[in-house]
Amino acid sequence: MSEIDLSPLKPAIQSFVPLGRSGLLPALHAAQKIYGWLPQEVAAEVGKSLRVPLADVHGVIEFYSLFYNEPVGRKIIRVCTDPACGLKGADGLLERLCRHHNVEPGETTPDLTLTIEPSPCLGLCEQAPAVWTMDDGQWMIGDGVMESHRPPSAVYGLIRELTANCGNGTTTLEKYGEYAAYKKALTMTPDEVIAETDKASGLVGRGGAAFPTGIKWGSAAKIQSDQKYIVCNADESEPGTFKDRVLLLDDPHRTIEGMCIAAYAIGADKGYIYIRGEYPYIVPVLENALDEARAAGYLGKHFDIEIRVGAGAYICGEETALFESLEGKRGFPRVKPPFPTTSGLFGKPTVINNVETLCNLPLIISKGSAEYRKLGTEMSPGPKLFCVSGDVEKPGLYEVPFGVTLRELLNLSGGVANGKELKAVLFGGAAGAFATSEHLDVKLTFEDLRAVGLPLGSGVVMVFDETRELRDVLKRLGKFFAHESCGKCYPCQMGTQRQMEILDRLAAGDFREGDSACLQDVGWTMTDASLCGLGQTAGSAVLSAMKAFPELFVER
Amino acid sequence: MAITLFMDGKEITAEENHTLLEAARENGIDIPTICFHEATTANALCRICMVEVEGMRTLQPACIVRAANQMKVQTRSERVIRARRTILEMLASTMDLSESSEIQKMMSEYGADVNRFPDAHRRESEVKDDNPMYVRDYSKCLLCWRCVQVCADDVQYTFAINFSGRGFETQIATFYDRAIPETSCVLCGQCVAVCPTGALKPKREFLLEQGMTPQQIGVLNSGRKKRK
Repeated sequence: MSEIDLSPLKPAIQSFVPLGRSGLLPALHAAQKIYGWLPQEVAAEVGKSLRVPLADVHGVIEFYSLFYNEPVGRKIIRVCTDPACGLKGADGLLERLCRHHNVEPGETTPDLTLTIEPSPCLGLCEQAPAVWTMDDGQWMIGDGVMESHRPPSAVYGLIRELTANCGNGTTTLEKYGEYAAYKKALTMTPDEVIAETDKASGLVGRGGAAFPTGIKWGSAAKIQSDQKYIVCNADESEPGTFKDRVLLLDDPHRTIEGMCIAAYAIGADKGYIYIRGEYPYIVPVLENALDEARAAGYLGKHFDIEIRVGAGAYICGEETALFESLEGKRGFPRVKPPFPTTSGLFGKPTVINNVETLCNLPLIISKGSAEYRKLGTEMSPGPKLFCVSGDVEKPGLYEVPFGVTLRELLNLSGGVANGKELKAVLFGGAAGAFATSEHLDVKLTFEDLRAVGLPLGSGVVMVFDETRELRDVLKRLGKFFAHESCGKCYPCQMGTQRQMEILDRLAAGDFREGDSACLQDVGWTMTDASLCGLGQTAGSAVLSAMKAFPELFVER
Repeated sequence: MAITLFMDGKEITAEENHTLLEAARENGIDIPTICFHEATTANALCRICMVEVEGMRTLQPACIVRAANQMKVQTRSERVIRARRTILEMLASTMDLSESSEIQKMMSEYGADVNRFPDAHRRESEVKDDNPMYVRDYSKCLLCWRCVQVCADDVQYTFAINFSGRGFETQIATFYDRAIPETSCVLCGQCVAVCPTGALKPKREFLLEQGMTPQQIGVLNSGRKKRK
């Protein structure tokens, strides 16, 4: 083993030492920035400094895709190969890049200058095919032709409430204006703020699970505790989803103000923004916004916020897995109960909300719930963001009131690209379900979608035209879940693998008797018996495809 | 305090705070388990003890869900049997169950087809024979987590093992896969004692299976002993 100079490590991880185990991910990020990967001696030193058992340090490094326990190139090119990018030639791009640099996908050049990897969804679906390059700590975002330090925002729609400040670069505090809604909230009692958020506004979570925000807040508020937390879930990783990226990059203060309101409502004095590791370009934007908010006196006295960066694990978007990750552990979801509102981060009452959910709060409080309800429907009030990608003329982030139909949304985005007919729409992301042209007049609300068995999820609308091979889409979804299963519970750990294997075969034209029955058993077992939401939805798209397109599963 | 609930239509009583698994066992109702062990924190990983609880959207793990008054539980409904059978079939296609007699018994009870997934990728690995006390054959490991738990804060506080990989590729591992003597392992044997599948095995038992005689093993060991 070659000698490794540990002297730059100690100062780099110094500030994380007092955090103990919770400082493990930040310390490993800092260490990897120095060495490019995490050699044994470095991992051991981090473990000793933070007092984390070495086997656990190794377990954490092994869990997260963006931590490397063997040498990688100083430059790493990651090409997204998930469905939206797959439609736009991601496979060919990956192959060309590899051929050009004479390296196999997932491999590193012998001189350790370059690694090229296929990657799960990078949250850049409207710019497909997406490529994320890290070069000696500097990032570039592109599509294989053009590269920039910051992805452009394509924001459209019928209304601009949540996205009022999106589409023109980052909105500074000066441009955002004072936190008027937060100031107004401070003139109300916490109970009044919760009541306004609860039934009055009808706000439900926008991360995918659609849990009523007010109920969550109410149960955390009524618990007596020396410490409570607000966590902003910015681990946006659902294939097809990129709304939180745009909201945070273009208008960070809306999320921060939302967190301030939430903190006041439940009595929390500490907040975390957990952002996925694939969004490094948002971190300095957020840091700057937090500094502005501190200087203006919104943060720092009664409530402050810390940013934590994930390291490549879709499962960490699951709330309890996210807590585990914040605590410096492998991102295994916990059994529930206890629920986060009673025992969440560090065992304390915690409210965890998605970015878009938090962005609704300044609207609700400043307008008042009655005015807020003028948008949307009775059961699904307010504005909603849809991430439109795939075969449409104008992919992008669309803000509309709840209640527009799928047809209206597709018309807004210019319709199916190149004048083709619609074959299918993947709704709600990889964990979602397929819609067909039969569903064009379904209103995009929780209640209308539920009635036809479609999940709203995180607002993904991924469009496939008549020429697309859906078996290829299913294969990519299967690969995604097998790659992202944490491995904790058996149905998902083995089910995602078996599902992927069968979908791979079907995509290759190798059909066997019993494939459908196997996919049904595996899919329903994952749905019915998995420990967390990932496993419970890992078979969802496949099961919906079996219903909508049964011909895909039998020999042509 | 005793409460009343219904299991498979039968009215039973159970202690409040007891899990559905405890309630079932106290009343002679069989719910199978794999990862569950009295000495370790129940993590509800294997999902073989799933039961149907009226009013719940998904099946519930009997090892951790508490019995509640008037709860209606089905331990052998169609949904339950489908999940158990499929999990068993996936296990059979993943790992070496040759020394897991209990699971083999379950497989026949639930009519699980060992060849349900014929060309499936299996978790296979070389036997790790790197210390004088036990061998590790992770081809037989079904990831019940018991060894990791007893090594950590459930029993021994040694923290010699954790996991490598993720998802299907998860494996029990030491720090950077170092040999056991290079880790914090104190050879307490707790992990071997709780392993349900023969993945962890005392070295002596392993050597006997390899065809060595007790005398030959004695010779092997005598070189290591230093008595004064």
